[in-house]
Amino acid sequence: MISLNHYLILSAVLFSVGALGVLLRRNALIILMSVELMLNAANLAIVAFARYPFFREVGLAAEDLAVAGNGMVFVFLVMTVAAAEVGVGLAIIINLYRQRQTINIEIANLLQG
Amino acid sequence: MKTFAWLIPILPALAALANGLFGRRYINEWAGHVASAAMLLSLLLAFICTMIALPQGGDFVPVDHDYYTWLGAGTLSIPFGIYIDQLSVVMMMVVSLVSSIIFIYAIGYMRSDPGYVRFFTYMPLFTFFMLLLVMGNSLPLLFVGWEGVGLCSYLLIGYYYDRDYAADAGKKAFIVNRIGDFGFLLGMLLLFWFTGALKFSDLFESAPSSFVYAGVPITMITLLLFFGATGKSAQIPLYVWLPDAMAGPTPVSALIHAATMVTAGVYMVARLNLLYSMAPATLFLVGVIGGLTALYAASIALVQRDAKKILAYSTISQLGYMFLACGTGAYIAAIFHLMTHAFFKACLFLGAGSVLHAFHRTTDVDVFEAGGLRKVMPFTRWTFLISTIAIAGIPPLAGFFSKDEILWKAFSGGHLFLWGLGIAAAFCTALYIFRLYNLLFSGEFRGTGEQRMHLHESPALMWVPLAILAFFSICAGWLNMPLFGYHGFHNFLHPVTAQGHHLAEHAIHPPILASEHLLEWLLAIGSVLVALAGIAFARLLYVWEPTLASRMEESFQSAFTILYHKYHIDEVYDLIVVQNYMRCCRAAQWFDDRVIIAGLNGLANSANRAADTVRKIQTGTVTHYALATLVGMVFLVVWLFLCY
Repeated sequence: MISLNHYLILSAVLFSVGALGVLLRRNALIILMSVELMLNAANLAIVAFARYPFFREVGLAAEDLAVAGNGMVFVFLVMTVAAAEVGVGLAIIINLYRQRQTINIEIANLLQG
Repeated sequence: MKTFAWLIPILPALAALANGLFGRRYINEWAGHVASAAMLLSLLLAFICTMIALPQGGDFVPVDHDYYTWLGAGTLSIPFGIYIDQLSVVMMMVVSLVSSIIFIYAIGYMRSDPGYVRFFTYMPLFTFFMLLLVMGNSLPLLFVGWEGVGLCSYLLIGYYYDRDYAADAGKKAFIVNRIGDFGFLLGMLLLFWFTGALKFSDLFESAPSSFVYAGVPITMITLLLFFGATGKSAQIPLYVWLPDAMAGPTPVSALIHAATMVTAGVYMVARLNLLYSMAPATLFLVGVIGGLTALYAASIALVQRDAKKILAYSTISQLGYMFLACGTGAYIAAIFHLMTHAFFKACLFLGAGSVLHAFHRTTDVDVFEAGGLRKVMPFTRWTFLISTIAIAGIPPLAGFFSKDEILWKAFSGGHLFLWGLGIAAAFCTALYIFRLYNLLFSGEFRGTGEQRMHLHESPALMWVPLAILAFFSICAGWLNMPLFGYHGFHNFLHPVTAQGHHLAEHAIHPPILASEHLLEWLLAIGSVLVALAGIAFARLLYVWEPTLASRMEESFQSAFTILYHKYHIDEVYDLIVVQNYMRCCRAAQWFDDRVIIAGLNGLANSANRAADTVRKIQTGTVTHYALATLVGMVFLVVWLFLCY
């Protein structure tokens, strides 16, 4: 049977893949996609927690358990934020391309000290 | 009276504000008219005040009204209010009347000056501060006016700021005044320390019980306040700024010497006569300083060459008379002389301005270049002559009555030494002032032919004010003629000094007996004879026997040189005060350069070097920032787990 832990491990793996993608890739588009991956890993964790409230073992009242399921709503919030973030991110990438004719982030290092 | 009296100082302030803000754009050549109109309105209001106070005479109850609290902290409460008693009324009248006349004259005199608007911004401001000084109902308010006139004198003496000597003279006036103001401030603080009051009405109430007669505190306070007065009113040892103040335009000199500024010290002493009456040691010093200054400045005036400089020393000398009177306890006589002096000195200065106008000069004229001006400048000549006679002390002109009263008070009070100084100064006064008159107006013209061609009488806008001042120079003395048993001015001002006289142990005004009246007549005749001798001597030296003057100059070469160089006081001050001060300044500069600036620079440099090393952290690559964020986040999470 699939338990809460399975979901959390998958979520952690996805998150790590996304984080590594952000850190290692140079293509700004790919980095943006990796960020999406990290957000969705978080989403997965949220949904899992909502589905398997680990308070069950603690002995929570029935109506409180029903409320715990509402955590899934947070996923919509995260998705909205992700969409907005992608909008801004893509706009930045387009402008970066217009300026430098590339979207390699190592080229864009004007803030170097 | 309180409903409108506040307008008296405010009106000139508004004129200054209008000219300062909108002068260059909208008012331009009307600036003089704006200032004069405001001043005339002010004069009208002051006149109404006088008309209210005068019929009540000595019974007039002083108006003491607070408009609002200006400063309040603990027991200290300084209101913004007016105090109008007989003394304020006289001062308001003198200040606003003389200022109005000078303003109108200045419209003509300054007509073609490029700084016309600036001039008429500072002038009303000057008068505003002086009116504030004489009308304020507390010492701090008086101090505001006191500092304000100092500021305006700086602005106006340095009016031709593009000339070094004018800028220097302005600075000198300001700094010397500040030295005196320091004493004034200390005196004021001590007064508050001992009485807890700064309002005049509270002060007069609490002073008699707070101080012991002739005690150390009251003596120290009055001495410090008097030190302030020596700065503002140009007495030994702080008189040095006044002769240099001639660098400003002539109406400014007239304003400083007659209406505003220098009379402030005399007013302050008269206002606080209650305190001075309780400190006989201070009074003695005031009298001695006044008497010495009177003779000293008059002796310098004997040999100076610049017309305005002679008048400047004359002012110092006349102020000396006023302090001499204060020192003998004759405050009313001092105020009386202040009033008559304001008229004839303004007239003399404006007359000298008229001569400068004819010479197309802005600052000063050498009297040996002039001469014979009576033919081309009849109005100037006659008004100048009238005020000359007035200052020399010939009856029935104003100067005689006021000066004679001072001398009589000194004599009858037993101050024979002061009386001797006064009578010697009177001789010098007559001599130097007629020397000036004779050199300017008698004889033949000694300047170049080209100058002669341009000589002209001043326009009516300038000689009519002269005529008005000459009229007052004749009549102002008739307000008080003790010789003929008329004490109008004295009786009017009596309440101001009554309390002080009551406190002083020695009777300052002994009842006038018949035999003393005879003595008074004899002394008056004596002083007139002295003045006439001075006049005749001046006439002899500079008109009848012109070679005699140069022969005398040769035989008394050394004395003449010392007088001409003003006893070398400027040089002595330079040696003792200025140079040592400069040494301190250089030491301070060394400390500033080597310690403060060097230290700060070292600190800044090391910060700079450190930053150079540290800035390498900023690679500018997004990846590195992301890694730092991630590491930080992991660290936070681990930390959280470890904590809970």
